[in-house]
Amino acid sequence: MCGIAALQVRNPELRPQLGTLLSTMLCEIVDRGPDSAGMAIYDNPKLNSTGQSTLSLLGADLAITSADIDRLLEHLLPEGAASTVRVVGDTTLVSSEVPAAELAAAVAQASPGAVVAGRGERVTVMKSVGHPMEVAARHGLDGMYGTQAVSHTRMATESAVTAGGSHPFSVADDLCLVHNGSFSNHASVRRELKRLGVEFDSENDTEVGARYIAHRLEQGDDLETALVNLGQVLDGFYTLVVTTADSMAVVRDPIACKPAIIAETDDWVAMASEFRALAELPGIENARIFEPEPGKVYTWSL
Amino acid sequence: MTTTLDSLPAQGPRHAGGTTQVFDLKAGGVRELNKAVHQAATGEAFTVENPGGKHSLAVGVNAEIDVDINGHAGYYAAGMNQGGRVTIRGNAGVGVAENMMSGTVHVAGDASQAAGATAHGGLLVIDGNASARCGISMKGVDIVVGGSIGHMSAFMAQAGRLVVCGDAGDALGDSIYEARLYVKGTVASLGADCVAKPMRAEHLAELGELLRAAGRDDDPADFTRYGSARTLYHFHVDNSSAY
Amino acid sequence: MTLIAPDQSPAASSLAALGLRESATFDRATIADIQRAAETGIYDIRGWGAKRQVPHFDDLLFLGASMSRYPLEGYREKCGTDVVLGDRYASKPLHLDTVVTIAGMSFGALSANAKEALGRGASEVGTSTTTGDGGMTPEERGQSRNLVYQYLPSRYGMNPDDLRKADAIEVVLGQGAKPGGGGMLLGQKITERVAGMRTLPVGIDQRSACRHPDWTGPDDLEIKIAELREITDWEKPIYVKIGASRPYYDTALAVKAGADVVVVDGMQGGTAATQQVFIENVGIPTLAAIPQAVQALQELGMHRKVQLIVSGGIRTGADVAKAMALGADAVAIGTAALIALGDNDPRYAAEYARLGSAAGFYDDFQDGRDPAGISTQDPELAARLDPVAGGRRIANYLRVLTMEAQTIARACGKAHLRNLEPEDLVALTVESAAMARVPLAGTAWIPGAGGAGF
Repeated sequence: MCGIAALQVRNPELRPQLGTLLSTMLCEIVDRGPDSAGMAIYDNPKLNSTGQSTLSLLGADLAITSADIDRLLEHLLPEGAASTVRVVGDTTLVSSEVPAAELAAAVAQASPGAVVAGRGERVTVMKSVGHPMEVAARHGLDGMYGTQAVSHTRMATESAVTAGGSHPFSVADDLCLVHNGSFSNHASVRRELKRLGVEFDSENDTEVGARYIAHRLEQGDDLETALVNLGQVLDGFYTLVVTTADSMAVVRDPIACKPAIIAETDDWVAMASEFRALAELPGIENARIFEPEPGKVYTWSL
Repeated sequence: MTTTLDSLPAQGPRHAGGTTQVFDLKAGGVRELNKAVHQAATGEAFTVENPGGKHSLAVGVNAEIDVDINGHAGYYAAGMNQGGRVTIRGNAGVGVAENMMSGTVHVAGDASQAAGATAHGGLLVIDGNASARCGISMKGVDIVVGGSIGHMSAFMAQAGRLVVCGDAGDALGDSIYEARLYVKGTVASLGADCVAKPMRAEHLAELGELLRAAGRDDDPADFTRYGSARTLYHFHVDNSSAY
Repeated sequence: MTLIAPDQSPAASSLAALGLRESATFDRATIADIQRAAETGIYDIRGWGAKRQVPHFDDLLFLGASMSRYPLEGYREKCGTDVVLGDRYASKPLHLDTVVTIAGMSFGALSANAKEALGRGASEVGTSTTTGDGGMTPEERGQSRNLVYQYLPSRYGMNPDDLRKADAIEVVLGQGAKPGGGGMLLGQKITERVAGMRTLPVGIDQRSACRHPDWTGPDDLEIKIAELREITDWEKPIYVKIGASRPYYDTALAVKAGADVVVVDGMQGGTAATQQVFIENVGIPTLAAIPQAVQALQELGMHRKVQLIVSGGIRTGADVAKAMALGADAVAIGTAALIALGDNDPRYAAEYARLGSAAGFYDDFQDGRDPAGISTQDPELAARLDPVAGGRRIANYLRVLTMEAQTIARACGKAHLRNLEPEDLVALTVESAAMARVPLAGTAWIPGAGGAGF
C-alpha cells in the first residue's frame, strides 16, 4: 500500500525543474508509504548517455568496489566497449556502449549478487529503504533534469521492507512500473511466468505485474494492449503507472478502490495518489483535473 | 476541472456582524482549525486558505457555523458534519461529507470517491462530477451532483435522495434499499435490485425542491427515477445469482 | 445449523453393534446439511463460531514454580490484573481493572436487556464492553463505565454524538468467524427499533458490506484514523480489529496506520449470523494467531506500546493466562459471556428441543427465538432476561476468569498477569507446539522454529 507520483514534462523549458517538481510531489505522499521509496528519472544527461546502456544497481556498497567492477568489466565486455561505474546516493550506476542485457550479464559475473533495479538507455532507477524524502535527498533529486519521472512511497503489505521490494520495478529496458494495491493471484501468475522461463528477483507481487508486462511487450503487445491483458490475468486491487522510453500509462482495476488523480496542462501531465501531491505544480490552477476511470488505460507519449 | 474556484458567490456569515477567523494551511494547522471549529458557537465563520488537498478539513463540525475552504480539499472534508455550512471552492477528495448528519456541504469542483458515504442527513451539492461510490450506504442525506457520477454509486443506499444531472456509471444502486435516485442523463448499467420507476407528481415536486436547494434550474421532467425492486429484501433461492 | 436432537438419535455404539458403520466423511451432520441445501437452495446461516476441533489453549500447559522458581502466596501476595489500553496517541486511554473485556456484539443481534446486562457486569468489575453493528443504545451507554464504540463497514447508527460519548473507538476490519465477510441480520430480528437505528425497512434480511465504504487498505486507513482523531480531538484510543487470517501482516499494518490497540479475533470467535461454510472454513485458530501478531509488534518495537487484545474461544482463566503468556495485553469474551448470561442453559431444554436443537447445541442466533432471551428481539423472550441479575452473572464470571488467571500467574511466580511469558508454557501436541511456538512438553522442540517466520 503506497503513494504514487508521476510526471511527464512536455514543455522543454520545464525539464530542468523535473527533479524539483517531483520532489514536491513525493513530499506529499510520504504518509502513504513511509517504509521505503524509489524514483525513476528519464533522460537525465548526468545519469544516462545516448548510445549507452545504464544499469542501476541497488546499494552504494557492493560486494566489490566500483574500481574492481570497472577493471573486471574490461575483460568481460567486448574489445573497445568502455564502461563507467559511478555511485549516486544509494545506487551504483554502470554504463557501457553494449546492450543492457549484455552489460547485465557481465555485471552478474563481475559482482555476483548485485541486484539490477533499473536498465536501459534513458532511465535511471534509484530506490532504498528509509524515509522517502531522505532517500530522495541522498540521490540529489532536487534540481535533476529529465523528461519524465515516477516516484513511489511504500507501506509493505506482505513482502519485506527492502530496497529490492521498493518500487519502481524495472525489468526490461527503459520500462518501469509502480503499483498501489495488492494482486490477489500473483503466486499463480508467477508460477506460469516461471514456467515460461521468466526469472524473478523478489517475492513482491508488484514484480509479477512488471514481469508480466515485460513478457507481453516481448510478445509484441504495445503498452496499452499489455495493460489490457494484465487486467485479464491479474486479479486484485491496483492503481498502476507504467513508463517506457517515451510514454507513460495509468490504469486502475475495475473496482478502483485505490485512489488516483490526474492533472494535465499543455506543459505536463501528472498522476498522483492524492491531489495534495499535485498542488504545487506550476499552472495547476488551470489544469484539467480528473480521476482515471476504472479499467481504462490512459497513455501519454513524449 | 470545469468550475473555476471563484464561481461561487461569497457567502458571508449567517448572522450579520459576526467575525470570520482565517486559517492559512500553507504551513499546516489542520489540528488548530478543527479545534477552533469544534469550539465555535452558532453563527461563527471560518475561512481556510491554501488547503492544498489536506485531509480532514472541518471534520466533526457540531454547530451552525460557516466554513469556506478556498481551494482543493483532501480526504473526508466536512466529515460527520452536523449543522455546518461548508463550502469547498475547489475539488474534494475521497469521502467528502462522509456520515454527515445535517447542514450543507457544497463542492464547487469535482468530488472523488465515496462522496456523502453513509451520510444520515443534510444536503451535499457537487457542482462538478463525483467519481465511484457516490452516496454509498447513504442513510438519509440528499445529494445533488451537477455532473456525472462513477460506478457503484448508491451501493446499498438505505435512505435519502441522490440527484444526478449528468450520467451515472455502472451498477447504479446495487443492492439498494429505500433511497430514491434521480438521473437526468444515461445510466451505464443498473446494479442488482435497482429498477427504473415512474415519476409521479410527488417525485417531480421533491426533485424540483432538491434542484432548487442546490441552486440549479434543470427541469425535473427530464429525469428518470430509480429505486429498489425489493426482491433482495429476503433471502430466496431465485435470487442466488445476485449474492 | 440443523442438528438431530440427541434424544432422537440412536447411540452410535448400539448401531455399531448391529454392524452399521457411519461414514467419517459423510457423517450424519454432513448428510443433514446436504439434504437441507437440496431442499432450500440457499446456504445455511447460523450463529456461534467454528465448531470443528482446532488446536487451542487446551493443548498448552503452564510450568508452575517449584524449586528453580518461587511461587506467590494466593490471596496474600499481590498479583496485578489491571491494564492501560490506548496510551500511544490518545489523551484519554482506558484504565481497566482486569484484562478480561467484553467483545463487540450488536443491539439487534442481542436484546437490549442482554446489552444492558453486559454493560452492568463489565462496569461492576471495572472493565469495558463494546457496541456492535447497529449503533449505541442509551441502555448500554448508561450502564457501561467503559464503552468501546465500533466503527464498522455498514456504519449503521454511526453518529458523531455517540462517537464523542464513547470511551474508545474500534475500527472493525473483520472478525474471526468471517475474515473478509460482512455482517448479516435476518428479518426476524429487524424489529421497528432495530430497523430505526439502522435506517432499514422493518423485517428485511439485512446484509452488511465487507469493506468500509470510504477507505481500502492501510494507506487509506491511516487517513481515516486521523479523521476520527480529529473529530474527537485526539482523546479516544483507536482500536483496529482484525479477523485472524494473516495476523502478522495485518497487525504490522494496523500499527503503521496509527492504531493505539490491535484486536485479533481467532476463528473460534462468535458471530450472530453468518454462512456456516464461512464460519468453519475461513480464518486461523486463535492459538496460531497470537504469536504472529506478537512477532509483528516486537519487530516494530511496539509490543506493550500498542496493546494487543485477543479474542476467539476464551472460556476460562487458564485461557486468559495462556493468551497473556503468549503476549496479549488483554482478552475479550463474546460467546462465553452469552453463556454466562444463560445461553444454552439446560433449564430451557424443552424449548430448545421444540426449535429442533438442544441445550449445548443451540446456534440459531439468527432466528431470534432464543429461549434464554439473549439473541432475540421478541419482547416476551427478551423479558426473560433480567438485566440486573444478568449483570451480576457477568460480573461473577469475569471475577472467576480473573481469579483463575491470577491463580496460575502466582503459581508461575508473577506479581502481574502481564509478566506471564511464552517460556512459562509447554505444548501437549506437535500441532499446538508449532502454532503457539512453545516447546513440546518435556522437550526443547518447537516445530518449525527457525525455519518459518516471515
